[in-house]
Amino acid sequence: MTEHFPVLVIIIPLVLALIAPVAGRLNKIYSWAIALLATLFSFITSMLLLHQVMYNGTISYWMGGWEPPWGIEYVLDYLSAFVLVIVTFLAVAVTIFARHSVTNEIDDNKIPAFYGVYLLFIVGLMGMIVTGDIFNLYVFLEISSLTGYALVAMGKRRKAPLAGFRYLVIGTVGATFILLGIGYLYIATGTLNMADLGARLPGLFNSKLVITAFAFFAIGFSIKIALFPLHTWLPDAYTYAPSAVSALMASTGTKVGAYSFIRIIFTVFGVKVFLNQWVSVPYFFLIIASVAMLVGSILAIAQTNIKKMLAYSSVSQIGYIMLGVFLMNPIGLQGGLLHIFNHALMKCALFLSVGCIAYKTGISNINDLKGLGFKKPYAMAAFTIGALSMIGIPLTVGFVSKWYLALGSLENGMWYLIPVIVISSILMLVYFWRVIDNIYFKAGEPNDVAKIPATPASMIIPTIIVAALCLVFGTLAFIPVSITEKAALLLLG
Amino acid sequence: MMEFILAKYNYWIYVIIMMIGFYAVISKSNLIKKIIGLSIFQTSVFLLFISIGKVDGGTVPIYQGTEAVYINPLPHVLILTAIVVGVSVTAVAFALVVNIYREFGTIEENAILEMIKHDD
Repeated sequence: MTEHFPVLVIIIPLVLALIAPVAGRLNKIYSWAIALLATLFSFITSMLLLHQVMYNGTISYWMGGWEPPWGIEYVLDYLSAFVLVIVTFLAVAVTIFARHSVTNEIDDNKIPAFYGVYLLFIVGLMGMIVTGDIFNLYVFLEISSLTGYALVAMGKRRKAPLAGFRYLVIGTVGATFILLGIGYLYIATGTLNMADLGARLPGLFNSKLVITAFAFFAIGFSIKIALFPLHTWLPDAYTYAPSAVSALMASTGTKVGAYSFIRIIFTVFGVKVFLNQWVSVPYFFLIIASVAMLVGSILAIAQTNIKKMLAYSSVSQIGYIMLGVFLMNPIGLQGGLLHIFNHALMKCALFLSVGCIAYKTGISNINDLKGLGFKKPYAMAAFTIGALSMIGIPLTVGFVSKWYLALGSLENGMWYLIPVIVISSILMLVYFWRVIDNIYFKAGEPNDVAKIPATPASMIIPTIIVAALCLVFGTLAFIPVSITEKAALLLLG
Repeated sequence: MMEFILAKYNYWIYVIIMMIGFYAVISKSNLIKKIIGLSIFQTSVFLLFISIGKVDGGTVPIYQGTEAVYINPLPHVLILTAIVVGVSVTAVAFALVVNIYREFGTIEENAILEMIKHDD
């Protein structure tokens, strides 16, 4: 049984995703219960897998018993098991949150289908994490993208289907570029297994074909993770999606894309691909990442819609992750991997608390938050913790990853990246302070505030837990730090 | 030069078809035409994959008792999967366009943008 966990972690939710809409016909609550069951199962299984990886080393699962590189291989090492735990944990938290939030935001007759699509989205993400085969990666990528388009379009606002459509057009172009990259690598090597590609490609780094393949992957994944200037789909998609979907997509969707990009760069191509090229690719991406960090923060300041503000702040956070990745040294890469983990927690806490405020009130404007600090103390406390963590105050998770990113920049002698990190953090302080000022220090209209209904405990509790984890892993930082350290060394191996 | 083009004609065809599709995606305001462009864009990549499986003088990859040169069936299998993905993309896109039409009464992007200019 346990030896089949790497595949069961995906198969069980996949089967339940098909059952959920049918069961929902009997009673809507069943489809939610099945979604919770599926995500809980995946979370527990992935914890066991991480435990196995820590004690017994990398797990390689051969699909149907076919030996790689002929068969499809699922690989769980420090990195993939770690990201899998993050994604499944946040999926559980968001699913608990979703019960009341979704009933409030989505038409009754669509709820069973919603949970089916929602589970498929999570299945796609988990598949992208565990697979060791690049074509399999493409298929799972498309599963998560297609369901993502549908989930965005389920929003209540009239712009939601349009945001979903735009995301679909841009996302499909990105995915097709990735498919082209896979095709070029197949032409060059005749294999699709990541480890096998990693062994065969180093001899071919002078080939234009391989370099073009990398360019296709780079552009395709930059679209998928919304790296500036290919981020245009993201703000609308996050803003108009239902609250639960924004929380899930913002915390896991782009992170898993970044994880796959890291796999392609380090496992498939290897760092040596960047040597002896006519342009320094890591340097180019460092510039792009720095611009993303600054522009994302500046655009976030300009927003009045709180979800849109958080969405633009995601654009700048992706810049942080890519900065760490393209520093190409162990400490910087570790910072990037830590930021995947930290940003997932922080953004989830922020979007969940925004979802708590929007419950039955539909509040989305920053000016309407006046006086809510005392009306909704728990949700607003969670928001504040998330905001402090984004800024990078010590004892929160945001500080840990920024510290490693700064150390990584120094390691490369790129001291000029540190002011970029600091300035971007100060800009974050500006836009988060505006919200916190409204929440705690400005009195709202007493009549309006009194009319705001209470938030159900099933929405508050996951919000509080995720926010509390921002503090827990900020203080007990050695847990993620030790895992990402091993993962970074494994990637740079 | 001419030989260079003719020797790799399948690659040229895929690039040209791809750019036709990409042009439609970028320039057309009608959402259905955008989807058509997107389909053409994806199909060009399918053609690339299918054409690279060709082996000169190769036959159908079914073992018939004698040694023979077979074409490479793997890219074709991959593309069967990719076609399914492409169909799903088109289906989801059409569903979204139906929703957009119900909401706005038009599928011209310019007209919709005009309508939502004052929404936040």
